[in-house]
Amino acid sequence: MIVLLGVLIVVAGFAARRNPVLIVGVSGVFTALLAGLGPLKVLDAFGAAFASSRSVTLFAITLPVIGLLERHGLQEQARALMGRLAGLSTGRLLAIYLVIRQLGAATGLTALGGPAQAVRPMIAPMAEAATERRHGPLTGRARERLRSFAASADTVGLFFGEDCFLAVGSILLITGFVNATYHTHLEPAQLALWAIPSAVCATLVHGARLLRLDRTLARESAGAATEPTLEGAK
Amino acid sequence: MIRVEWLYWLVGAVFLAMAAQMATDRSNPKRFGSAAFWGLLGASFCYGTWVVQKTAPAAPLGLAVLAMICLAGLGFTGRGTPATTTPAQRAASAAKLGNRLFVPALTVPLVALLCATLLKDVHLGRRPLFQTGDETLLGLGIGAIVALAVGLLLTRERNPGVALHAGRGLLESMGWALLLPQLLAVLGSIFQTAGVGTQVGKLTVHLLPHGDRFAAVLLYCVGMAVFTVIMGNAFAAFPVMTAAIGWPVLIGQLHGHPPVVLAVGMLAGFCGTLVTPMAANFNLVPAALLELKDQYGPIKAQAPTAGALLVCNIAIMSIFAF
Repeated sequence: MIVLLGVLIVVAGFAARRNPVLIVGVSGVFTALLAGLGPLKVLDAFGAAFASSRSVTLFAITLPVIGLLERHGLQEQARALMGRLAGLSTGRLLAIYLVIRQLGAATGLTALGGPAQAVRPMIAPMAEAATERRHGPLTGRARERLRSFAASADTVGLFFGEDCFLAVGSILLITGFVNATYHTHLEPAQLALWAIPSAVCATLVHGARLLRLDRTLARESAGAATEPTLEGAK
Repeated sequence: MIRVEWLYWLVGAVFLAMAAQMATDRSNPKRFGSAAFWGLLGASFCYGTWVVQKTAPAAPLGLAVLAMICLAGLGFTGRGTPATTTPAQRAASAAKLGNRLFVPALTVPLVALLCATLLKDVHLGRRPLFQTGDETLLGLGIGAIVALAVGLLLTRERNPGVALHAGRGLLESMGWALLLPQLLAVLGSIFQTAGVGTQVGKLTVHLLPHGDRFAAVLLYCVGMAVFTVIMGNAFAAFPVMTAAIGWPVLIGQLHGHPPVVLAVGMLAGFCGTLVTPMAANFNLVPAALLELKDQYGPIKAQAPTAGALLVCNIAIMSIFAF
């Protein structure tokens, strides 16, 4: 029962807004010690777990090429392109990106999007350009909301797409854990199949909310036009 | 055979090279701390190969992980001002290169798809070209390398060091948040070793009315979401909640269909990931990358969706698992 103190450390650390890295470290060391592991065994547990989870950090390999392209105007070009693509509203653009992201993740292409690879250089500038074309210059608040929703389209699309792909980390974690712990045999494909109903719900729910974003932005920009001094006055 | 460990060495080498650049970057007030953090990370990626193969002790790597945690957690890392192009230069370059700029960015997923589908079954002699089971990861790595080559050709940049420098700028802007998901996976594994799941199970069995199917589904799904909010990662919550209630109660006592219970249980956890700052890579990193003033902006955008989807997952499990 005493090992549950490790969970409490995480809760307390987060509530006190400590650095998450530090919380993870302290909780991990405490939990391992409480479970009766010696100091050397604690280090062993950290090292072995770190080595086998390196794939989670592998996406860093794409940073040099993205950095290079940004140096040469990738974001500016995304804006220019969007400026020319008439007719697509912000909400429709983001809803289309949500579906593309889900389909990509469902076919194992989790690298097809991502905040560093796609949202920052392409999707967010495109969404901003689409709104500016319709409603004029963006207020600070509208820009924040727009960028937040651009990020959310990426994240929701990834989360509720990738589990339909059987070679993804979470599916492999489920089969690995259950087959090893309970001596059973589950196939990744069965699990991937049962992720589909939730994926459909995610498309409908978040897609509808993205489409509604157009109305919110129109209302906000109308409000900003009648109170032009609001931003400067604060 | 191309092995996934080669890719880890490459990533390790990139981190080490960036750490060397950081050590000499006088614009970074914490340059030695930053260089030590990313240098240790680079070395860990390489050393991890022998830990996985069990030909080297894991304890030194554990020590390095704790050192990284201290460096990042106690504020010894910082960021410099990377030398980059001016907005005018970027606009001129964008006008000159046009939509060709998208080609290298799209090369990454295209090559990854090619590797995961067509090249997956290619054999050299009698051995597969790619290490079995890691085709997607290798595709991502190869895609990144091909894309870099295409990008250097396209921009007529002769010095690959420029790309490394630009990548370092992105790395520094993400900071330690880049490593948090991996550290959470480590924490989940330590919780599992320490038996946290078994203990939570003993507690929940006391709470649960015996044989009430809906209460059990509700407890498992909400438990996954809440635990994920606390731990920041459904991967860390899954072993705990499944050992506590998913397997013994839903599958053992109530004879739920295992694939439905487990797949939907994990997705219920993902609803929690959408709303927790602990999932820094999904929620705080995008806010930082998009230069938002409110770092909880993405969480606020996602919260209503997360709530609705949790209800959906509870319904899906109640209807299809029994």
